[in-house]
Parts: sequence; structure tokens; C-alpha cells
Amino acid sequence: MSDRLPGFSTLAVHAGAQPDPTTGARATPIYQTTSFVFNDADHAASLFGLQAFGNIYTRIGNPTNAVLEERVAALEGGTAALAVASGHAAQVVVLQQLLQPGDEFIAARKLYGGSINQFTHAFKSFGWNVVWADPDDIASFERAVTPRTKAIFIESIANPAGSITDIEAISSVARKAGVPLIVDNTLASPYLIRPIDHGADIVVHSLTKFLGGHGNSLGGIIVDAGTFDWSTGGKYPMLSEPRPEYHGIRLQETFGNFAFAIACRVLGLRDLGPALSPFNAFMILTGIETLPLRMQKHCDNAKAVAEFLAGHPAVASVNYAGLASDKYNQLARKYAPKGAGAVFTFSLKGGYDAGVSLVSKLQLFSHLANVGDTRSLVIHPASTTHSQLDDAAKTKSGAGPDVVRLSIGIEDKEDLIADLEQALA
Amino acid sequence: MNHDAYPDNYIRSILNSVKSIAMVGASPVNVRPSYFAFKYLAQRGYDMIPVNPGHVGKELLGKPFVASLRDIGRPIDMIDIFRNSSHIMPVVEEGLTLDPLPKVIWMQLGARDDAAAEKAEAAGIKVVMNRCPKIEYGRLSSEISWMGVNSRTLSSKRPPAPTQGMRLSLNRMSVGGGDTAASDRAAKNKSEQS
Repeated sequence: MSDRLPGFSTLAVHAGAQPDPTTGARATPIYQTTSFVFNDADHAASLFGLQAFGNIYTRIGNPTNAVLEERVAALEGGTAALAVASGHAAQVVVLQQLLQPGDEFIAARKLYGGSINQFTHAFKSFGWNVVWADPDDIASFERAVTPRTKAIFIESIANPAGSITDIEAISSVARKAGVPLIVDNTLASPYLIRPIDHGADIVVHSLTKFLGGHGNSLGGIIVDAGTFDWSTGGKYPMLSEPRPEYHGIRLQETFGNFAFAIACRVLGLRDLGPALSPFNAFMILTGIETLPLRMQKHCDNAKAVAEFLAGHPAVASVNYAGLASDKYNQLARKYAPKGAGAVFTFSLKGGYDAGVSLVSKLQLFSHLANVGDTRSLVIHPASTTHSQLDDAAKTKSGAGPDVVRLSIGIEDKEDLIADLEQALA
Repeated sequence: MNHDAYPDNYIRSILNSVKSIAMVGASPVNVRPSYFAFKYLAQRGYDMIPVNPGHVGKELLGKPFVASLRDIGRPIDMIDIFRNSSHIMPVVEEGLTLDPLPKVIWMQLGARDDAAAEKAEAAGIKVVMNRCPKIEYGRLSSEISWMGVNSRTLSSKRPPAPTQGMRLSLNRMSVGGGDTAASDRAAKNKSEQS
């Protein structure tokens, strides 16, 4: 038994999955069951008291989901993970462990529009107050820190324009403030960027996007880096104080460097309820097996399409960090040397009307509100994903009225370029 | 031994070779981590001996408490210390008076005393600090994967279905990265302060 470190593609196929002990099935079985039989009363009590490893009820854990959890934890270099029903559910569960009513968290202004809505409106009703900062101005994060700050939240590759965030610089602000850095790594996937290597303490994903990769199953996941000490200063009582739900257990003391993932499971998922269907977990696991192959093709296609658009007379500008001329190209070379992702925006000289016309003429690109599908996708953020923001906020988050967002799929790049060419003509 | 990060083979060889474990600081209170670990290791077939002078005359899962290591009265393979870093040294010193010596001294998650470790290692005893044998056994066997924990191991072998009291195979392929940064740091800071 050597301690040799396997490569990313090996982990993408093997991590977390071994043949089924009961049947010998090699593919991970779909354990489509709500509940699991106990051996006896003592076994049941041990499981409920968190004293034994094992399954109780699929809202708390499921063997198919567990394979997905270990696989993503391995790919991200974390200590443990928890799969949930969606990326949005992951964000609720993470912040529930960290914030009490009246607390604050700092979030980068460039985020998925749905996250901006969730943070601004839904979380306000919980008494969790978001304070916005500019990911292109690190000092704005420092200025936003107050004694009530409990976390910092950023996207590694940020929606909608595919800009690259300086994770290390923001991680040092978080360390200085004594709060964890949460990184949404959805648009990069661990194939392009592993935020934990750059100082993230918690990584979240919408598995719905590149990890699942086929546009067929919703899912979300939380990865615990195992790097944050929750015991200092009583700032994180869910982890450091005795939990009345579990007869006074202190989670950090009991579970060490994966206590945060356990808190998310036994205090978050158990009580809030956004469980992932085992069938979705199976679909996403199957997708992850080809993540390295797909992600490279996504990135190579995106670069070719971005280069084509940058040279087209109808195009005013292209925001793709993989282009040498892009303002994020230096950060892309540092954080995502294999490729700058496959989601980016461009603006048309003809403005809003030209954007609407382009979307209607495209034959291969699908007009819908998702990214990270095998198929190429197009959307006009100002009238859809970012429509609930006012005009100033739309422009600040990179979704002005003339902007079109693409998510480049894994088709042949010549066909994607030909489709854009005829639609722009 | 570098006590910041242990190779999986080091932990694996210890858990594969020891049979009897004296747990110093074992608690009969069923929400304490020592109770969890005692129960789990007993179920995996280890010969467990609870050591706690406050509970002599009582039993922990059918095993009578003894007051001290010397009271065990038979050779033991491993001492598992469930005490704070500041209480480690006297336990290690008592362990060094045993004949025969134990093969392993293990300090629980959060507990670390480098001076005590040095003393034990000078006597030829293997030392593990700031780890939990239940978590490590669960990790190397991948049983802990049921909780979404990264076992950092891979296997293409069909495992036997686990039954009560059965020893699990720990001989899976390790994928490296044995450090537990935050808890290590916390334990080290605490032992430096004390």
C-alpha cells in the first residue's frame, strides 16, 4: 500500500466508489430508499447519537449520495462534503451554521443573479445581512469587515462575465478578520481551479452545472476544507458549543477537521430538509467521471468562439478571461492555466435589440437559464437571470442591457462558430 | 516521526497490529467522544480496557474500569490517551514503567505533547498525536465514507458486508495528504501556551 497520489482523472472515476459489498455491482447502485433498517435498538441509538457510522434516513444521508460526496471532496482536496438538493440549498445550509440573526457576511458583487437575490431578499428575512464588496478592489473587502462579520463569499470564476477572482488576496482578508472564506466553484469546477489550494475554507457548487454536466439533474454540494479552527472566541456556537439536539455533543471536539461538514448534515440538512435525490446523485456521479474530458473541450471551444466573436464587426466587446487582451487574463493564467472556463459575455454594437435578434436566430445554441451543459446555451441576462436587479446593479454585476451570455458546450467548435456567424449576419 | 502529518502506512500498521488498547480517560457518559471511540473500537474487535480512577467499581460496555495503567495487570499493546495536552506527560511516564512496554501511545484529537512523545519514542514506542483511532479506522476502511468524509483511499475490491465485531480491511490504496491543518494548529498552539 503506497501513499502515491493519484491524478485528477483517476479520482474523478474512482474516489468514493467501490464495488457494492452485497451484490458486487461495479457502478454505484441507486439506493432509492427513504430509510434503512437498524440491526437492533442499540444500533439505532448509536446512529441517532452520531456514535456509529451508518444510514438512518435519506434526508440525513444515503449511500449513493455518500459516494458523490466523497468524490467531490477528493477532487476539491477537502476533508468531507455534503450533497444537497441544489446550489441554492448549499448556500442556505452553509450560512445557517455560521450566522445568527443580526450577523453579517461579505459577498462579492459579481455573482450569479440568483445568489444576489437570495442574499439580498431571502436571507434578510433570516436576519443575515449581506454586505457587498467589489472583487476587483480587494480593499473594499477589508473596509466591509465589522465585529459582526462571520464569513466572506465569492465565486472563483464569476457570473455572468467569467471574470476571475483573486482568491488568495481575499483569503488573506478573511484570515485577518478570523472568518472563513466560502468559494462558489461552480463555473470553474475543480478541474480548472481548486480553491482550497488558494486558501478557501469552504467550497460550494451547483452540481447542476459542469460537475453533472449534462443539464439533466439538479444538485448542490458543500466541501469542508478542514482548515478553519471553529473553536476560537465562541464565534461559531453551532460548531464549538454543546448541541442540545445531540445531548450536548460539541461537533468540533468530536469530529475534528470535518466538523463543519457534519454540522451541515446533522444541523442543516436534517432540520432544513433540502435532501438530494439518490437518482440525481447517480446521474451527477456518472457526469463527474468524464469531467476532465468535458471541461477541457468546453474551455477549448470557448476560447475559439471568443476569438471568433472578438474579430466580428457586429461585436462591440468580448469578456473572456482566456483572451490575451482581457483584463482578467493575468489572473486566469495564475488560477486557471488549463482554461478560463466556458461561460462568458459579449456585447453587440446594436445593443438590446441586436441581442434579442441574435438569440432568436441561433439554431444550435439553446435559449435557456442554465450553464454548464454539454449543449451550447445563450441567454440575455438583463431580461432574465438578472432582471430583478435595477439598471445600476445590472451594469455593476456585468449584465448590462447590451450583454449576451454564452455557455459553450462540447459540440464541434466549427459548428458553433457557423451558427453564430449566420445569426450575426 | 513528523507529528504534523502521518503517512497512512504508519497509522495502518498500528491499527492492523495492536490487539489490546487501554483507554485513559474513558468516560461512561454516552455523549463524550471517548465513549464513542471505546464502543466503536470494541465493536471492531479490539480488546478494550477503560482506565479512569473516578469510575472504579463500574463497567463500560461490560469491561470493568481500572484506576491506572499499572492496575491492568497484563501486557497491553496500545495506550489511547483521552486527556487534555497538559495531562499527557504523567500518563506517558506511567506507561514507560510498564513491563513489557506498550508498543504504541496514541493521543486523542486535539491532544499533543511533543516532549512526552519524544520520551516515548526514545523508549522505542510508536506515537500518534492529535488523531482519533475511530476516525482513522473508519477512514482507512472507508467505513467513514458513509458520512461523506474523504477517506483518501481507493479500492476496486468488493468488500465483505460488515457485521458486528468484524475487523475491516485497512489495506486500500492511499491517496496521500495526511495533514489535518486546523486541528493540528489548534492543538499545537494550545500545547505551546500551556
